[in-house]
Amino acid sequence: MTIAEKILAKASGKKKVVPNDIVMAKIDVAMSHENADVVLRSFREIGVRHVWDRDKIVILFDHRIPAESEKSAATHKRLREFVKEQGITHFYDMKEGICHQILPEFGLCRPGEVLVGTDSHTTTHGAFGTFATGIGATEMSGVWATGELWFKAPESIKITVNGSLQHHVSAKDLILHIIGMLGADGADYKAVEFCGETIHTMSIASRMVLSNLCMEMGAKVAFVLPDEKTISYVKEHTNKKFEVIVPDENAQYIKELPIDVTNLEPQIACPHAVDNVKPVKDVAGIKIHQALIGSCTNGRLEDLAVAAEIVEHKKVHPDVRLLVIPASRKVYLQAIKQGYIEIFVKAGGLVLNPGCGPCLGAHQGLLAPGEVCVATTNRNFKGRMGSPDSFVYLASPATVAFSALTGEITAPETE
Amino acid sequence: MKKNDNFPRRSASSSASISVSGRTWKFGDDVDTDQIYPGKYLPLTDKEEMARHAMEGAEGGDDFIEKVQTGDILVAGKNFGCGSSREHAAVAIKGSGISVVIARSFARIFHRNAVNTGLPILVLEQAEEIQPGDALEVDVERGIVRNKTQNKVYHAKPVSLLEMDIMKAGGLLAYLKDTDKHG
Repeated sequence: MTIAEKILAKASGKKKVVPNDIVMAKIDVAMSHENADVVLRSFREIGVRHVWDRDKIVILFDHRIPAESEKSAATHKRLREFVKEQGITHFYDMKEGICHQILPEFGLCRPGEVLVGTDSHTTTHGAFGTFATGIGATEMSGVWATGELWFKAPESIKITVNGSLQHHVSAKDLILHIIGMLGADGADYKAVEFCGETIHTMSIASRMVLSNLCMEMGAKVAFVLPDEKTISYVKEHTNKKFEVIVPDENAQYIKELPIDVTNLEPQIACPHAVDNVKPVKDVAGIKIHQALIGSCTNGRLEDLAVAAEIVEHKKVHPDVRLLVIPASRKVYLQAIKQGYIEIFVKAGGLVLNPGCGPCLGAHQGLLAPGEVCVATTNRNFKGRMGSPDSFVYLASPATVAFSALTGEITAPETE
Repeated sequence: MKKNDNFPRRSASSSASISVSGRTWKFGDDVDTDQIYPGKYLPLTDKEEMARHAMEGAEGGDDFIEKVQTGDILVAGKNFGCGSSREHAAVAIKGSGISVVIARSFARIFHRNAVNTGLPILVLEQAEEIQPGDALEVDVERGIVRNKTQNKVYHAKPVSLLEMDIMKAGGLLAYLKDTDKHG
């Protein structure tokens, strides 16, 4: 069996699961951000008085922090009251950061478990060998009530990556390249498994970039094969016992994709689709108005480190707003300690509080008609970050940092 | 509700079949959730208010909400509903009066949200042959799509029993209540 099949079998008490089996799986972690408010409405409608397990539900705020409107403030207030009422143990108010960064920081991503979240980028946690997937608000209310959810066992795609990435070429460039090859529905309903030497040597943060963006080709779950790096990260963050699950040698895949990254160039997803991927040099020279480093995709310490090194002792182009959003409070503190925040501020960047920022078009840096933003985020749909007549390009932290300095899309030197 | 109980199946007799007919609204491939329901409206919680923004960001969707009639049918290409997990997308389409969404394929989370919020959906390989304004007659349960304008009949991909039961109940909450009542 593949990892997906083995975890679903374990979670549903079955010996064997094959693709397209419908199983009822026990949920280990159930995460919701502000949309817990929508879940709550359905939960009240079901009429169950108590949630199934107050230690397995996570509620946190990251999409609209601090509240950008009265409506959001009311949402936050209602949820704080609900958290108190139910005694939810894992509640992270607006001070902590983005859900997909703080779940691992608080030891809630563990190999072999089933994690669901009312956020599409919940695939991120597959980087820890967790069966992690995004679900809707109504079905989450069912999870709050029963602790279980039905899944159709997915077929799996195995992606084996070998070779060394060139200087300034990162996990972001690799996954954009893969999405460009497979398309926006290239892994729809499927599980993805990443393995190979390149992945094995990657940091945990880089692995999270891969799992995070698999959502943009429709994946249900996206695993990185857990190894000693995974185990030591998880053990540093939790005392809870976990079982590492890896695929069987005779696991069946519907597709196997070998990739050699030796000559991979910096990649960029052009408006208005994440699979509209080109080498950065093909669109170099396009004038930009905003450069954004952050989000659940690329707001981690290593991302800020790369960008800081590039902008140190330099000035952001006068026509560009550089926004920097650390993914979490912990990342923010580390970035202060390392001196990155000072570098950004001195260069003319604007450092915002940890959270989703303008990525989903809620607040904190929306775009006017005709404006262009190059961002380390995960979606460039029409109107995603403000005006439907604006343009969002998705790239690595290095590409965004270089572009912020020149005022136009700029490919990093790879030697 | 019983704890840790598998979702029992409703008895066939207790459920109404879904047959609809209406005029077609046609959209293209990869219509994402930001086109179906722009992110700026996410704080809305009232379903009627949500419905007023259905398809607002989609190409050809400018006048959708003024002109859509109850019972109309939405037809799209591949990967309809890709992107965010926002359930508002399915809720807004349902609230606009659309009776069924027919697409060549759906993105996974939108698919689940549609089923769970009681918005009927069908996967039809030949969705592209249907033209804007075509009059359709759809038997959702049997997956039969009659195009009265073009005089054609299509068979959609079968829906799993569990999903059909949830759709027929009108969504997951109604289904859970119903199974509780019957079971």
